[in-house]
Amino acid sequence: MYTEKVMELFMNPRNAGRMEDPDGVGEVGNSRCGDIMKIYIKVKDERIEDISFETFGCASAIASSSMVTEMVKGLTLDEALAISNKDVVNALGGLPPQKIHCSLLAEEGIQAAIEDYRSKQKARAEATA
Amino acid sequence: MTERYVYMDHSATTAVDRSVLEAMLPFFSEHYGNPNSLHLWGRTARKAVNQAREKVASLIGADASEVIFTGGGSEADNLAIKGAASTRKDKGKHVITTAVEHHAVIDTFKWLEKEGFEVTILPVDEKGMVRIPDLESALRQDTILVSIMYANNEVGTIQPVAEVAKMCSDRGVLFHVDGVQAAGHIPFNVRDLGIDMLTMSAHKMYGPKGVGGLYIRKGVKIDPLVHGGGQERGLRSGTENTAGIIGFGASAELAVKRLADGSIREEIRLRDLLIDSVTSSIEDAYLTGHRTERLPFHASFLIGSLEGESMLLRLDAAGIGASSGSACTSGSLEPSYVLLAMGISHELAHGSLRFSLGKDTSEEDIVYVAENLKKIVSDLRALSPLWKNRG
Repeated sequence: MYTEKVMELFMNPRNAGRMEDPDGVGEVGNSRCGDIMKIYIKVKDERIEDISFETFGCASAIASSSMVTEMVKGLTLDEALAISNKDVVNALGGLPPQKIHCSLLAEEGIQAAIEDYRSKQKARAEATA
Repeated sequence: MTERYVYMDHSATTAVDRSVLEAMLPFFSEHYGNPNSLHLWGRTARKAVNQAREKVASLIGADASEVIFTGGGSEADNLAIKGAASTRKDKGKHVITTAVEHHAVIDTFKWLEKEGFEVTILPVDEKGMVRIPDLESALRQDTILVSIMYANNEVGTIQPVAEVAKMCSDRGVLFHVDGVQAAGHIPFNVRDLGIDMLTMSAHKMYGPKGVGGLYIRKGVKIDPLVHGGGQERGLRSGTENTAGIIGFGASAELAVKRLADGSIREEIRLRDLLIDSVTSSIEDAYLTGHRTERLPFHASFLIGSLEGESMLLRLDAAGIGASSGSACTSGSLEPSYVLLAMGISHELAHGSLRFSLGKDTSEEDIVYVAENLKKIVSDLRALSPLWKNRG
């Protein structure tokens, strides 16, 4: 049912775990549906310098989290926002149809983390203005 | 490669026992006759089918004439429920079942509802058990059928079948029991229980897949689903699955032996060892279902802050076969309706795990499963944003 890539990332996820003092945090999904993805980012000069995730969910949710964090690490925020769930699915070599929503969570998780970072920046700028 | 392979999904299916396979083999190419033929070939097959019927009947304390062979447990459930509803529809249109039945029962009741029957679905308590007062108040003048499982496939809970039977027979209501998980694993006698119909499945008790049985108490009339040549007392037409039926007979014989020789006591000991290991060594892990009124081979859990499929796949990688009622294993977004009916939250229900032991499960297997599960839970919780007790 899962590709080798999905299984490999599920068994050995990259960038896994909580981050201390992140610049932005995005949490998407809900526990009622069985998927929560939490993305932590550190940003330097508008680039994602470091990233990690915590995921409650099935193998495809964990693999999608791992994949998306690898894909956006080192990218500018705008480049990261351009990564779509289809890009994640392709990089995983495909996901079963009923698991596509996991890749959407990955896309939305990155967006939410960047949004959080930007709104914090804005608040900081306004506070010092 | 893993250290061991441990199959712990006997509620899903069991291996065909060697003795069962050997009993079956001659009936493919050697004794291949149609049991309905008059010649030697036919008579040989008929004799073996009759013997198999005796064996299945004696497992449950029935008379051989009261056992019908079907193409499996789901078919037997369908035959019992639709057949009884059809026969009795002029007496009333009200039928009763529970919220924790197998799909083969619950979906058949939903179909009856579309056909104009009125369906009452009884709730269960937090252990998955039906409350007798709920049944009592649900029974009406026009109730024609009650169907309640002997023991639940997901949480192992055994229902108060004898009490239900008494209440139904006092009111002249037919009582069907889905005994797929229980038959061959719990000693019982259909006469002592006082039930009208009982579903069995061969492959849950070391027999082959594709063959089941329905006990129908003498005097109880139901309509057939499959019309044709009139086999199985006209209740299930079609040439008999001879080898499968003989396999079922052999598996019933094996079950009778196991029920008498202390095997079940040992199974319960190993089950309890697993339950105690998991609930004592893993934080936020709970048993689902009843602690003592449960299938001897069945241990089911909820593991907090985790999702079932991820645990199953990690267990699989460690050579352990288990199952889960999580949404991700069912292909929908809803977790198990059985767990939800027991009042368990969606969040916790996603973390369900079921281990069902078999006759060859050893204490080493149990220790291996408990140790691996503990490590897997800790590894996956390190990834879970829901897990609060970190570091």
